[in-house]
Amino acid sequence: MSVTVRIPTILRTYTGGQAEVSADGGTLRDVLADLERNHQGISARVLDDAGKLRRFVNVYVNDDDVRFAEGLDTPTPDGAGISIIPAVAGGC
Amino acid sequence: MPVLTSHTPAPDGAPRPSAAPGSAGAPVDLGPAVALSCRECGERFPLSPIFACEACFGPLEIAYDLPTGDPGALRSAIEAGPHSIWRYAPLLPVPADVATKPNLHPGGTPLVRADRLAAALGHGGELYVKDDSGNPTHSFKDRVVANAVEAARAFGFTTLSCSSTGNLAGAVGAAAARAGLRSCVFIPHDLEQGKVVMAAVYGGELVGIEGTYDDVNRFCSELIGDPAGEGWGFVNVNLRPYYAEGSKTLAFEIAEQLGWRLPDQLVVPIASGSQLTKIDKGIKELIATGLVEDKPYKIFGAQAEGCSPVSQAYKAGHDVVRPVKPATIAKSLAIGNPADGPYVLDIARRTGGAVEDVTDPQIVDAIKLLARTEGIFAETAGGVTVGVTRKLIETGQLDPELTTVVLNTGDGLKTLDAVAGTTGPTAIIRPNLDAFREAGLA
Repeated sequence: MSVTVRIPTILRTYTGGQAEVSADGGTLRDVLADLERNHQGISARVLDDAGKLRRFVNVYVNDDDVRFAEGLDTPTPDGAGISIIPAVAGGC
Repeated sequence: MPVLTSHTPAPDGAPRPSAAPGSAGAPVDLGPAVALSCRECGERFPLSPIFACEACFGPLEIAYDLPTGDPGALRSAIEAGPHSIWRYAPLLPVPADVATKPNLHPGGTPLVRADRLAAALGHGGELYVKDDSGNPTHSFKDRVVANAVEAARAFGFTTLSCSSTGNLAGAVGAAAARAGLRSCVFIPHDLEQGKVVMAAVYGGELVGIEGTYDDVNRFCSELIGDPAGEGWGFVNVNLRPYYAEGSKTLAFEIAEQLGWRLPDQLVVPIASGSQLTKIDKGIKELIATGLVEDKPYKIFGAQAEGCSPVSQAYKAGHDVVRPVKPATIAKSLAIGNPADGPYVLDIARRTGGAVEDVTDPQIVDAIKLLARTEGIFAETAGGVTVGVTRKLIETGQLDPELTTVVLNTGDGLKTLDAVAGTTGPTAIIRPNLDAFREAGLA
């Protein structure tokens, strides 16, 4: 399944400056693996050594925070929009 | 002079070049600030408008070249400074001549000795309320925004922006107007009317987003990476490391107002948790510069039960915070996904404090208690801290015989709806003495 991934500024060195890239996969885990195949090094920025989402990364699948869904096992339907966003923003 | 950071520098020592827009060009003059440092991994970056670590996404904070030498001389210099946060300029990321620039000059708010509140709460030691409703736009946000404005100027931004639960929107609008910058701020569409009017009156663009604060925040984070947001200084996104430092001035003022000593206990509201973490950072810097004597202190965090992800994590013994969907009258604290939550947990546990929460009715009761005992009309966040203080005393978590400072971060006029249905005229009578007597008022 093909999805669109929005890349935050601090990861665009891995995507040649592109703010949005395509990837394939039926779950977020699969999508990140596919991203890694095409943009080597990017998954280590999003996942920690244990393979979990880093605590200061928020990932949304079609506007839903995956921490409210199934985390890395969240389904990514065909045509889904995925956003990777630094968590450290807002408030005071 | 030593550089003080919360973590050790990166192994290679040198700041890592940043790919973020605005990072190129001549070094900026932000006074004692020398670099950005990742709070998680210690990676260092040049001063620039970035907020997350390229290596691990961790939050960036300011590393300083802090004053050393005679603390007495530094104390005297501060005491001779302006009656605003700029008296602490040697400890902030701002140029030395900051006080001469057009800004709102926030700070210098009262530390109220609250004996009547103390009696009502069964607090036998010294109890104080740091009443930050006295700032130019009636909340503590003026402190942080003033720091962000200096960073915006340094990086050449001409538009000031933010995601806001209300108070920040007004603070940004006002600060931008004074500084001659354009402002465009984003708020949840269903905020209290008082905050909406206060944000709109300064004439900047005010955009309601159909969603919660967390939705607004996410939108701003995406806008910042889009060409549409280029050249914009988002005070609590790409300027967040600079902005957040403004909260240190609460610690500085409290210590100075106590005669250059630290309180034993502080009760601080938690929204994102940034304010609490920066108060802790400020205390560490007061100790490091010798401005106060090093002594134990406890920091307690306060949340509304309807948005209490940090309190829930604290009570469960977790070191990560699971986001929640907020549902509380304390809208200025209604951040369901608090960015600094893990650090709040660390600080509460390290200092021997705690994180506690209160229900909406308890918040309203606490607002009225503070008003009736001390003549301070707090916004809902102030009701949260006073209500939590009461609960901490009742549950034995806070020692009522020590010196305690409770923060009120905003003015009750901003959240009239919270108490409007529970208070009002005690009588309505005809304009004559008989009616006065009949009403039992004589």
